[in-house]
Amino acid sequence: MTTSSEQKPLSNKGFGAHLTRFLGSMNLAITLLVALGIASVIGTVLKQNESYSDYIIKFGPFWHEMFRTLGLYDVYIAGWFLFILIFLMISTSVCVLRNTPLMLRDMRHFRLNVQEKSLRAFHHVREETVEASPETVLAHARGLFSGQGFRVREKKADDDHSVLVGMRGGWSRLGYVFAHVGIIVILIGGTLDSKIPLHVGKLMGRVVVEHQDIPASEVPEKSRIGVDNPSFRGNVNIPEGKSANVVFLGMDDGYLVQSLPFSITVKDFRVEHYATGQPKSFESDVVLHDAKHDKTITQTISVNHPLIYENYAIYQASFGDGGTNLDLKLWSLNPEYDKPYSFTGNVFQTYSMPSQVYGPLKLEITDFRLFNIEPVLGKDGKTEQRNMGPSFNFKIRNEEGVAKEYRNYMNPLDQGGRFFYISGVRDTPTDQFRYLNIPQDREGGVKRFMTFLAYLHDETKVAQVAQDVTQKAVEGAGMDAKLQAQLKQTMQRLLMLFAQGGYDAILDDINQNMPEDKRQAAAEAFIKVLHSGTQALYLSMLKDLGVTEPDDKDWQFYDDAVSAISVLPYYGSPYYLKLDSFKQIQASGLQITRSPGKAVVYLGSFMLILGIFMMFYVAHQRFWVRVSPTESGSKILIAGTSNRNPLEFDGLFERLSKALFGSLNKSA
Amino acid sequence: MAVPENIMQGFDRPAWYKRLTGLDWAWGVLVMAAMAYAYFMYQAVLDEFETGILLGSSFGLVALGWFWKPFRPYALAVAVLSLFAIWLYGGSLQAAEQSFFLKFILSSQSAIMWMSALFVLATVTYFGALFSGSEFVGKIASSLTWSAVVLGMVGLMVRWRESYLIDPEIGHIPVSNLYEVFILFSLITGLIYLFYEGRYKNRALGGFVLLVISAAVGFLLWYGSFLGWAGLEGRDAAKIQPLVPALQSYWMKIHVPANFIGYGAFALAAMVGVVYLLRLRGERANPGGFAATRLPALDQLDDLMYKAIALGFGFFTIATVLGAMWAAEAWGGYWSWDPKETWALIVWLNYAAWLHMRFTKGWRGAPMAWWALIGLFVTLFAFLGVNMFLSGLHSYGQL
Repeated sequence: MTTSSEQKPLSNKGFGAHLTRFLGSMNLAITLLVALGIASVIGTVLKQNESYSDYIIKFGPFWHEMFRTLGLYDVYIAGWFLFILIFLMISTSVCVLRNTPLMLRDMRHFRLNVQEKSLRAFHHVREETVEASPETVLAHARGLFSGQGFRVREKKADDDHSVLVGMRGGWSRLGYVFAHVGIIVILIGGTLDSKIPLHVGKLMGRVVVEHQDIPASEVPEKSRIGVDNPSFRGNVNIPEGKSANVVFLGMDDGYLVQSLPFSITVKDFRVEHYATGQPKSFESDVVLHDAKHDKTITQTISVNHPLIYENYAIYQASFGDGGTNLDLKLWSLNPEYDKPYSFTGNVFQTYSMPSQVYGPLKLEITDFRLFNIEPVLGKDGKTEQRNMGPSFNFKIRNEEGVAKEYRNYMNPLDQGGRFFYISGVRDTPTDQFRYLNIPQDREGGVKRFMTFLAYLHDETKVAQVAQDVTQKAVEGAGMDAKLQAQLKQTMQRLLMLFAQGGYDAILDDINQNMPEDKRQAAAEAFIKVLHSGTQALYLSMLKDLGVTEPDDKDWQFYDDAVSAISVLPYYGSPYYLKLDSFKQIQASGLQITRSPGKAVVYLGSFMLILGIFMMFYVAHQRFWVRVSPTESGSKILIAGTSNRNPLEFDGLFERLSKALFGSLNKSA
Repeated sequence: MAVPENIMQGFDRPAWYKRLTGLDWAWGVLVMAAMAYAYFMYQAVLDEFETGILLGSSFGLVALGWFWKPFRPYALAVAVLSLFAIWLYGGSLQAAEQSFFLKFILSSQSAIMWMSALFVLATVTYFGALFSGSEFVGKIASSLTWSAVVLGMVGLMVRWRESYLIDPEIGHIPVSNLYEVFILFSLITGLIYLFYEGRYKNRALGGFVLLVISAAVGFLLWYGSFLGWAGLEGRDAAKIQPLVPALQSYWMKIHVPANFIGYGAFALAAMVGVVYLLRLRGERANPGGFAATRLPALDQLDDLMYKAIALGFGFFTIATVLGAMWAAEAWGGYWSWDPKETWALIVWLNYAAWLHMRFTKGWRGAPMAWWALIGLFVTLFAFLGVNMFLSGLHSYGQL
């Protein structure tokens, strides 16, 4: 970055000189600025530091490999990106080194020896002859310029002419130096805080990135970084009541374990909410204990209010579950168990779950949330925030390792005046949840629904109901016994199909066994038969439960139950997990940093800002007044330059030269 | 460097404080008195940073009033109207339904609607003045713009108060989401334009600069409204929302306004670039024609374009550094290569390259005008596009 008009021609034409010229050239600097800009764009368009498996899904294996090799997943630490930055630093340094002496000289230099010919070549120049003597002219000029805040120098030359130079704002030139040195200082500061040493360590094999999900204590030595690492930025989740003396540094697709010279305990974590339900603050009560210096600090940290200990800063960064204790009831959705069984588990634990239908399954409880504030469409048609209450997430994984993810809400949710227990299911984290809505029964639970489901799966009950319904039809419509047997068989078959595969199983059956033109009619007839079967089944269940006169609510429940059962085949879990109670344990996500470059970066930033404003808002202005005696007075040549604001300088030059000539003519 | 008129009378240029008039001193005393009142009134709730901000902004106001005289009546009008509105509110938001002034003019939503309408009206009037050549119409356009920036600022001030009336724990300075900063953007761009209008005594640019503001107003109305437009559902974002924890910091009070001085100046520069290109085209195609005679001279436009970019660059640098310092406190690192940060860097690099080209290569004219215009789109992406298309830490203004 050099000022072309003042570029000093290099006398030495050797290789070194060429190299310096190249490194300090404006073209290189601009190219680097643009390259840096484009590289930065890539880093924002391509989401950085995601897991590799997500990238493979997104781009496919070929492009994934390509992008990974080019370092596009972590652009800002990629070799080529650092190369641009280093080049920019060198280029700026060369410019500063080359220009600073020129600038410093220029800001002090009055250029009293300027030639008349060069003065005439100035853009701002004016010539006039006055009657006043050269001494008077010089005195007036001296008064004028020093009155304007110019520093003035004079020189009387051999051939009788004198030159007076007025200069101000010379320190605008320092702005250049400050701004560019500021950039270099910022880059140095940033380098001090970068992960470059870790990446070098990785390349040299001293550091190995860990990929497994194992406890910190089991991480091998090569993936651990000692307390002497001067700069890092890592994260750790600490459950309430627990301590940690390490943080994790994310790197590539894995992590490194950074040791700390102290331990940090999270006593309590709190989320406070506004009256509207949005979170107001995240705070942790933490205790820092430094055994070596026998020092203990107790403090509450929150977002924007970190704990600073020596060179370390401890931030409230996130929060999550710390292994909440859940009391669950497992209601079988397949006829494997008659009764629900109670089960106690913790978030982040995995349990085995036998299932005759699906084979051995693993239950992984992954998360618990106390609040679920979600937008819902309110009565007035506007969306409003509503708290849906606690929920927990879990995965059910089969022997092949394929898992479905579930989210069950603890409380029944109001949907148009009816209450449902909601359970969401999805196959991959990128999918939306699809919901199973189990209607709440009069006792406030899911027992009636589960009983109905059990009836539907109970062959003897189904057979009995089919017998009863068809019997009634025989008596009512005079159907013969053969037809009755046929109808009974159909009803039984439809109820079984529905219990196992919902409406879709019945439609599949029709599609397989019927010619196309009869399907529509068959479907309608079958659904009728099915519904009279399910209704009768429901009634017989109610009778067993002691309800003989079902009301609207009971029938509403029936409708909702049938809808829920019809989608059950897609639910994919042999159980409905109902959360009865919980004991919440939260974890506070802390970010712990050590950043020796911060002060350096701030110093550089300060220099940069100071430099920019000096460069833009201080104009380096110079006036030359060349006076030579004539027979009747003096000849004056006045010239001026400014490195900023040429338009305003036009006016200033006009005013000052007029003031000088005017005063001379007046006094003459 | 501005040189005062009185230099024509003599050789001496008195020290700056000797050049202050009685009115200047009155202004200084008034602002300081207001600051002292605010300090003693709210001492109990101000931490040292906020006290520093109060002090700094008071000195800033005094200096701005001395440097740019029309700013004083502006600030006074804003203060009087805002205090009047706050007085009308008393202690309850209900007053907005009963008081005529609040309901139709001074409640924040009404004031912002007035600002929007006035800006659009001023845009049309400026073009009217340009085409008719009427000095009088031009003066009306200027008055409309002044009224718009007054009411916009009153809207923000009153909104600030309203947030506390909703609930003291919700109360915060209204620069926290996209809706509020769009008002700020319109205001600041308008003020920077009015400053240069006064300096150059030329209203020909008004319509062009206010086109950007009118576009911002259009966005504001859509974004803030519950109603949809052109197939897009409105976002109903005008409602005052409580602050997420990350934004609860004194840094917001300085980082955001500094940023918007930058954005406003860049927007001005881009529109000056447009006028430059129009005039250049006009001079080539038809030297005696409308564009070549009515629009400001090329060297003046070039100069203004540079000044706006220099101003924007200076403040954008400050804003980015302030943002880094805030990030160091809130996110644990002064630089995280978050998309918003990175785009701020891209904007910065873009204008840095522009300035280098001008200073060292001496580039002038059409390429620089085009570049300034493209710069606006880069800036726009940093300001809006990042929130729309990229996710990251700065996700306060989701579209």
